[in-house]
Amino acid sequence: MKQVKCECGHVNPHGTVLCESCGRVLVEEEKSKKVVDMRYEGSARRSQTYNKTIIDKIWNFFSSVKVGVTLIIITLAASAIGTIFPQEMYIPTTEPASIYYESQYGFLGKLYYVLGLHNLYSSWWYLVLIASIGISLVICSLDRVIPLYRALKNQKVSRHEGFLKRQRLFGISKVDELDHSYELVKEKLESKRYKIREENGDILAEKGRFSRWGPYINHIGLIIFLIGGMMRFVPGMYVDELLWVREGETAVIPETNGEYYLENHKFVLEVYDKDSDNEAFANAIENNGMVAKNFQTDTTLYKKSAETVAGEEPILDKVEDYELRVNEPLKFEQFALYQQSYKLDELNQMHFALTNKETNEALGDLTIDLYNPQDEYDLGEGYKVEVLSYFPDFEFDENSEPVTKSRIPNNPAFVFKMFTPEKPDGEVSFVAIKQTIEPFGDNDFKMTFKGVETKNVSAITVRKDLTLGILAVGGFIFMIGVIQGAYWNHRRIWLRRVDGEVWVAGHTNKNWHGLKREITGILQGTGIEEPKDQLDEKEK
Amino acid sequence: MVSLSGNLLFIAFLLYLIGTVFFAGSIKDKRGREKEHGPNKWAKIGVGITIAGFLSQVSYFITRWIAAGHAPVSNLFEFTTFFGMCLVGAFIVIYFIYKLAALGLFTLPVAMLLIAYAAMFPRDISPLVPSLQSNWLHIHVTTAALGQAILAISFIAGLIYLIKAVDHSKKNKEAFWLEAVLFGLVCTLGFVVISTVFSAAGYKSDFNWIDNNNVESVQEFHLPALVGPHEGEHLTPDKFSPLVETPAIIDAKKLNTVIWSLITGTVLYLLFRLLFRKRIAESLQSLTKRVNLDLVDEIGYRSVLIGFPIFTLGALIFAMIWAQIAWSRFWGWDPKEVWALITWLFYAAYLHLRLSKGWHGNKSAWLGVIGFIIIMFNLIVVNLVIAGLHSYAGS
Ligand code: HEM
Repeated sequence: MKQVKCECGHVNPHGTVLCESCGRVLVEEEKSKKVVDMRYEGSARRSQTYNKTIIDKIWNFFSSVKVGVTLIIITLAASAIGTIFPQEMYIPTTEPASIYYESQYGFLGKLYYVLGLHNLYSSWWYLVLIASIGISLVICSLDRVIPLYRALKNQKVSRHEGFLKRQRLFGISKVDELDHSYELVKEKLESKRYKIREENGDILAEKGRFSRWGPYINHIGLIIFLIGGMMRFVPGMYVDELLWVREGETAVIPETNGEYYLENHKFVLEVYDKDSDNEAFANAIENNGMVAKNFQTDTTLYKKSAETVAGEEPILDKVEDYELRVNEPLKFEQFALYQQSYKLDELNQMHFALTNKETNEALGDLTIDLYNPQDEYDLGEGYKVEVLSYFPDFEFDENSEPVTKSRIPNNPAFVFKMFTPEKPDGEVSFVAIKQTIEPFGDNDFKMTFKGVETKNVSAITVRKDLTLGILAVGGFIFMIGVIQGAYWNHRRIWLRRVDGEVWVAGHTNKNWHGLKREITGILQGTGIEEPKDQLDEKEK
Repeated sequence: MVSLSGNLLFIAFLLYLIGTVFFAGSIKDKRGREKEHGPNKWAKIGVGITIAGFLSQVSYFITRWIAAGHAPVSNLFEFTTFFGMCLVGAFIVIYFIYKLAALGLFTLPVAMLLIAYAAMFPRDISPLVPSLQSNWLHIHVTTAALGQAILAISFIAGLIYLIKAVDHSKKNKEAFWLEAVLFGLVCTLGFVVISTVFSAAGYKSDFNWIDNNNVESVQEFHLPALVGPHEGEHLTPDKFSPLVETPAIIDAKKLNTVIWSLITGTVLYLLFRLLFRKRIAESLQSLTKRVNLDLVDEIGYRSVLIGFPIFTLGALIFAMIWAQIAWSRFWGWDPKEVWALITWLFYAAYLHLRLSKGWHGNKSAWLGVIGFIIIMFNLIVVNLVIAGLHSYAGS
């Protein structure tokens, strides 16, 4: 690679505009400018130097801030579109999305659905946008940080006249007692916490250089965060399951290889009470009606014992009792369990009595466990009931055949066959809630409904997320980077003696007004004149 | 305790009002104009009163916290007044860095408008539903609001910049849009005025209607119903009957409120024009005469620089930590979350445009204004119109 040797002897990488060491202008076109572009110290950035191959072009595309900001703005607009109507995950499950959007929001809703905007944040093009921002972050940072680092490290105290003259803040003054002024200036610079370097009677005062690394550090944090986000798709990193457990039931916790079990003893729902809770809440409760106070499942966590014999019922060792509430997840190993939702009073058992229709005499009671009905119930003395069919969530399909919608006993129905000494061949009866059909004509016996037992069900989220650590590291680094870049800034002031005059120049990466005010304070009473803002003069 | 707390808030409001008058006085004061350095006596008193008002509002906050047993940031009224308080706090800090009286003159009215707006919503102390019962409520909401308030200072600075820098004598796009922004503020005032008038009169009219999900319910209007609910049945026929019915997907009550706010805002605006025979921006220009444009430009930028990390911490990082604890996932694309992300992306774009593309002056000021519009959108529209997990009860 061709390198550029400056007259001062420093060897610069190809593409350098301002000598890293003395600041001399190395590129002809720049010499005609009144103020040089100091943004990256005129260093040799790859994107500004090469533009031949495809790789150059891709590199230059992604390293451009214009492209970066455009990507950010597009992402921003796309994200906003995703909030016009609820995303699919937030619509009620009672209706499929294909119908819901149109029925709720009319034509626009249909359009939203057809365009796939109801799943916008997981759409391929949204992910491409985020990925492009990530690529852009990497490339733009690499493009700038190394040249910038070189330039700031190699800078000499005595800068070339052409460099000073072309700084935005620049001034020349004649001072009689220069040495005295210098001492004053140095003192004041020090009190403003500048680091001062001196060579040949020239001064470079600098502070806050480390803030220049802020953006690169925060970009690294963002990249780590994005990588963390992608890791979710690596198998084993992420678990998201919903576990429904009824009161009294012990269920295996999914994704734990059958190692862990959770027992639900009881689900508790509490609401605020006007009288016993904080009286300040009385009005709000009156105006809004019930307000939930606590959702809680009393649980016990078990671990399968090592002594369990394969193929047999597992032996469970208790790990702990835990009152699982919102905001208080139960953690074990890499998992966390969350009180997510609940269903109150789900049907659990039904009681019937076999009855003689004519005499109304009860001939025996039976209780059917709706989750596990027996095939037959022997009531003794020749009385017996067989369950021919069971429909936990019964409805008639389009052919008027009884079917079940789900395995949840929302609307149980049975076909019973009743055996009695009087009717040893049995009588068939179809029994649903508030409904009895006798398909083969008049029966002598019937199943009288006696009552139900209900149970509450807790929905518990089972979560494992091994990406959290990476995300936390990314977020932490991001915060360090932004704070570094936002709460400090990089300022430099040069003083150089040229033929009995003092040349003063100043540069900062941001907050020019602040720098000017600081320089005003520093030069006050030293006899050295304040540098002028050459951009202001240009405008006038 | 509750009524003491309410009184403290009212006192704070009055003090902000008086503070505004003093800041206006400091700008009109001819003395001290030659001496560039240091604020004059009016400004000093003004900032003193502002601090007193701020302390009064902090006391409101603390007493209400004690009464409720949780930080009062859990409904729209509480959050918005808290946001107003943060705005004043941010102003006080920035004032001591830059000593610019004009900043107070513009910040305090905006803060008062926020508080008055908030007061139109139910003010009951509400109990916390289970997901809100966490210390992260305090940590997350307060940092997020503080970040937003500091960012909002760049709106105030942008407004001052534009009022001074835009040429109001000719018709041009910038002047038009600036006036539109101010008109928006006037309409907010309109909302406060009209709601107060009808609520003082105890106006109420009821409608029976069937919503989109075929659920029958009663809607209670507190403003005369210019528009009524879809196929609504007017239950209080002695009251004003709607001129038009809205389609089923639109909430008639909210639309009605918006219409009333626009009407009242327009009336107020026309009154202003009649009185001053000038656009609002142009009338305000005289108040910005002594303002140094470079200084306000820098205040706008500094406030974004200071606010951005705090906003990131509060509205994204703390939010994610809490969401992970309460809802088992740190991010769920809930509208409120998305709008926090949008705000964040917007200010990131601002910083890049300013640092790398050299967007200073007018452009930067406009970005400050737009940023505030996004913040307000998240506060108002997302809460009241786009319902989600975060939406506050209230109407
Ligand atoms: C959401 C994503 C991003 C965030 C939050 C972010 C954040 C930041 C912040 C806070 C700064 C410092 C600004 C200042 O101090 O005024 C910065 C600087 C910068 N960012 Fe980003 N950035 C993002 C994406 C990008 C992208 C996609 C690019 C690619 C072109 C980019 C390129 C830059 C550059 C070139 C700088 C200036 C560095 C310097 O002058 O030393 N950023 N970024």
